[in-house]
Amino acid sequence: MKYWRQDIECIDREELVKLQSRRLSEMVKRIYHNVPFYKNLFDQKGINPNDIKDISQLNELPFTTKKDLRDNYPFGLFAVPQSEVVRLHASSGTTGKPTVVGCTKNDLEMWSEVVARSLTMAGITNRDIMQVAYGYGLFTGGLGIHYGVEKVGASVIPISTGNTKKQLQLMMDFGSTAIACTPSYLAYLAESIEENGVKDKIKLKRAVCGAEPWSEELRRHIQEILGIKAFNIYGLSEVIGPGVAMECECQNGSHIHEDHFVPEIINPETGDVLPYGEVGELVFTTLTKEAMPLLRYRTRDLCTLNIEKCECGRTLVRMGTILGRSDDMLIIRGVNVFPSQVESVLMDIYETTPNYVLTVDRKNNLDTLEIKVEIADKFWTTEIREIENLKKRIAQSVQSTLGISAVIKLAEPHTLSRSEGKAVRVIDNRKK
Amino acid sequence: MIIKQLSIFLEDKTGSLARVTGILAQHGINMSAFCVADATDYGILRMVVARPELASDILRNHNYSVHINDVVCLKLKDVSGSLNKALKVLSDNDICIDYMYAYASTDGVAISVMHSNDNNRMIEVLQNNKMELMPASEML
Repeated sequence: MKYWRQDIECIDREELVKLQSRRLSEMVKRIYHNVPFYKNLFDQKGINPNDIKDISQLNELPFTTKKDLRDNYPFGLFAVPQSEVVRLHASSGTTGKPTVVGCTKNDLEMWSEVVARSLTMAGITNRDIMQVAYGYGLFTGGLGIHYGVEKVGASVIPISTGNTKKQLQLMMDFGSTAIACTPSYLAYLAESIEENGVKDKIKLKRAVCGAEPWSEELRRHIQEILGIKAFNIYGLSEVIGPGVAMECECQNGSHIHEDHFVPEIINPETGDVLPYGEVGELVFTTLTKEAMPLLRYRTRDLCTLNIEKCECGRTLVRMGTILGRSDDMLIIRGVNVFPSQVESVLMDIYETTPNYVLTVDRKNNLDTLEIKVEIADKFWTTEIREIENLKKRIAQSVQSTLGISAVIKLAEPHTLSRSEGKAVRVIDNRKK
Repeated sequence: MIIKQLSIFLEDKTGSLARVTGILAQHGINMSAFCVADATDYGILRMVVARPELASDILRNHNYSVHINDVVCLKLKDVSGSLNKALKVLSDNDICIDYMYAYASTDGVAISVMHSNDNNRMIEVLQNNKMELMPASEML
């Protein structure tokens, strides 16, 4: 099976606009009448929800930000009474109060549907056995994928994160053909599979990876080591969780399920909508979500949108690789730097592993960047000068890719932290 | 007459050498000779041990980056001028030494671990000049 919902996934774009417009018009009224936050916002700006009839009017409407979610913690943005909310998720809240996400029965149904579509895009069918190695719990990753796998009819192994030994054991014993996890964890698993020499004992064919940005080089690395295809899944809990967008077999951008989530790319400084193809902040409007509908929610993820019809036949718009989060982006000596760029440099240097930590500091009013990278297991030299040459080579490559100079430090193998969840790779000492 | 040398990448931090020697001690591996070449924030521990393959496997299992290469061990009388004589032979034959380190034992013999641009020719030249080399079998 190639599509889960061909009628939607390959929809004529004019038809899509009609569908979106109808849904937006209804959604705007719903939030105006049920969410005091939106009513105030509309009233302040003199917007009458009855005037909103077309998706092209979206850019006249106000944004919703993470701060709005925090300010209305916990249930202030809910548009339905508690009796209709059947699930609550929350973000980790590392940078303040957690943000809460609620779902009605219909929301859960819609979520399973978009995940089922997504898994089908990655070629997963009811003949697959899928290991879900995302965290189960408050994090939307585990449960979100879980119900989609069940909807597709594949066998789900709800193993959750961590315990690599057990992951490998079940992968071999149960013959898992697919896995869902973060790309950095898959890279770690791939390493473990290589180290344990069990590659011929696993049947893995496809991986669905998300929850953190990853580079094309990391994908290549994983695909080569494991001999599998790895697909990007995109999502964020505020919008629904994983399944907002997904890569198809062409692996050239992730299709956004536009019948439910309308994307826009804006200039993060001015808020102006940018044309297709330009890099900017991704913004989502949830058209059908009942418990917590969001109007023009600013994701802080930076990417591009591609409206061209995909070779897979889908007409749904594709988002490009996440180039970083507008708040992950480091500005070093005035240059925008994304950790993913450093990763792509390191992937091309075979004497190192793609494990790294970036430390940014300020010395004598000048920003400094240090890149600590692990040396590969197989040491290739006994000469200091060859190691110095390697450091020089990395520094030059960083300079030409990032446009800034960096101090390169080498670490012993397996000494930098490996992530079983999201990778922490940046230490910015300037904030102190 | 080729001896296997182990090179281990070590970060420059307190205790990193002790960790390696601790692992070797635990497995009863004796270091016959060693030296540490150090750069700003890391070093390379080079050493000659009795069972280099075993030592290398053990260290790799402890996540060390280990490289094995060939060196030559020259036996010298532990007296003034003996090293100089050997080095002169090498320089006269246009052999360039990349690095070397030495140790003297109690029985009047000094061992010099050497690596050159052409180890095989170095062995040939030294043997032609009646210099005594240590075979791998003698490593304890």
